[in-house]
Amino acid sequence: MRAYLSVWRLRFLQGMQYRTAALAGIATQLFFGLVFIMVYVAFYEQGSSGSNFPLQDLVSYVWLQQMFLTFIMLWFRDNEIFELITTGNIAYELCRPCGLYPFWFAKLIGQRLSSAALRCWPILAIVLFLPRPYRLSPPPSLAALALFAASLLVGLFVVVSVSMLLHLSVFWTLSPTGSTLMVSVAGEFFAGTVIPVPLMPAWLQRVCDFLPFRWAADFPFRVYSGQISTGEALWGIAAQLAWIAGLVAVGMLSLRRAMRRVVVQGG
Amino acid sequence: MITLQGIGKSFKVARRAAGLRQAAKALFVREYTVVEALRDITFRIGEGEIVGYIGPNGAGKSTSIKVMSGILVPDTGTCRVMGFTPWKERTAYVKNIGVVFGQRSQLWWDVPVIDSFRLLRDIYKIPAAEYASQLTLLTETLELGGLLQTPVRQLSLGQRMRCEIAASLLHGPRILFLDEPTIGLDAVSKLAVRQFIRTINREKGVTVILTTHDMSDIEALAGRILMIGKGTLLYDGTLSDLRGRFGSHRTVTVDYRENPRPLELPGAKPLSWTPERAVFRVDTGQVAIADVLARLSEQVELLDVAIEAKPVEELIVELYREHRI
Repeated sequence: MRAYLSVWRLRFLQGMQYRTAALAGIATQLFFGLVFIMVYVAFYEQGSSGSNFPLQDLVSYVWLQQMFLTFIMLWFRDNEIFELITTGNIAYELCRPCGLYPFWFAKLIGQRLSSAALRCWPILAIVLFLPRPYRLSPPPSLAALALFAASLLVGLFVVVSVSMLLHLSVFWTLSPTGSTLMVSVAGEFFAGTVIPVPLMPAWLQRVCDFLPFRWAADFPFRVYSGQISTGEALWGIAAQLAWIAGLVAVGMLSLRRAMRRVVVQGG
Repeated sequence: MITLQGIGKSFKVARRAAGLRQAAKALFVREYTVVEALRDITFRIGEGEIVGYIGPNGAGKSTSIKVMSGILVPDTGTCRVMGFTPWKERTAYVKNIGVVFGQRSQLWWDVPVIDSFRLLRDIYKIPAAEYASQLTLLTETLELGGLLQTPVRQLSLGQRMRCEIAASLLHGPRILFLDEPTIGLDAVSKLAVRQFIRTINREKGVTVILTTHDMSDIEALAGRILMIGKGTLLYDGTLSDLRGRFGSHRTVTVDYRENPRPLELPGAKPLSWTPERAVFRVDTGQVAIADVLARLSEQVELLDVAIEAKPVEELIVELYREHRI
């Protein structure tokens, strides 16, 4: 266990080094957030709001998406792991007395967490003081805030367990381009990063419910604004945990299969 | 300590001829050829040995190292290292070995070396006291003092390789596999690495298996050579036996005070002659070097004598030629 904590910590520390990337990220995320909100403000002013998703909640939804972008985006990946597999450097990882799956899992968590840690606080400090309607409103209750934090963190594990499958697919494809692009475009759509899930037609929302992606992004963000009640949120966290269990099981199984036929590339 | 019995491993390699038509055809029908990387490899290595594992590119050196370190599962044969079957009890087994792949890196590129070391400490669950003493020892013998706080990307190749070797020894392994540890290193770093390998072998009794293309590594380190070619084991013995087999000839170069007459030396073949210098090829199986020198000093006033054995490189090439690889 200490090994996994240690790799998580090292990856976190390494991520904290990339200050310029974080600065650029903050600027980009603020820009995108503002543009998205502008568009939605225009829609809502035209009276087409007919939905049960108030503008204020939508604004929180967009800002949380931008703040925790690295928690939810599937294209966010660890190129080192791809390189390990395609160039054969995995030889070293295989000489270590620890499981490869938890080792990489911890690494991916550390990477996402460090990027988010660098980005979310400055963005938060800015968006809390923007003029209305662009301002991020606080959650309705402390319970909502606590549940939001919990579901966001568990959601991170959901995303990483999906992401692990993407990384593992490289054992078969030997190239990360295709599989990651396909899954990330689809996954991000069903996570509500293109159109917020509550604004989707009802049948599409049903589809999202049965995919893992929404549980990592859409779900915690609506817990934050109180859209999802406390009771429902607890059930949601249970659903998240179920997804993690399933995805991790599939991931470990496919890693074991990959190991059985692994050919370490290169001399 | 290490026993390999009839190890064999083959790979399926996709291949096609050049050209568009062939490429299109390969979309539907893949042709594979089976490459036998290892064929019936059998040997035994005892505790505390330094073994040089040599052979041309693609001979199967790295493949054997991968089998012995548990990364690759062979198709046939058995392998026991310290009582483990490497690929079956991988996690329990790898605690006891250290591996350096000269062409790969195990250090984290963007962070200081010491961070990678700390990670290894946690991975191998090295007790704090043991880690501290091992780190001090490695820092002294490999001269890592100023390097540990530097990010890996800012190290030179030689500095990085010393750190890589240290990283593989932090957990005090009983066996060290070195796959081309001196590749690309300058003379000073090479000597430092060799010196270190000798030290840990002598003082800690670490068994070392070393692959290299640099015969001076072998000469400096390995008491025993295993030569592999086209997947089969071709030679298992000491370097001096190998010399005895192919290298009974010496080249003797003599400088002397000017002498107009060619020198007479029975049992030696003159290669060149000038009034000040002559070069002979001497078969030490027929004539002793001492006799040759005695004869020479009778005839001329010697200024300088150089006796060279055939370089190990040439011995190896002859061995390759003998086995047609």
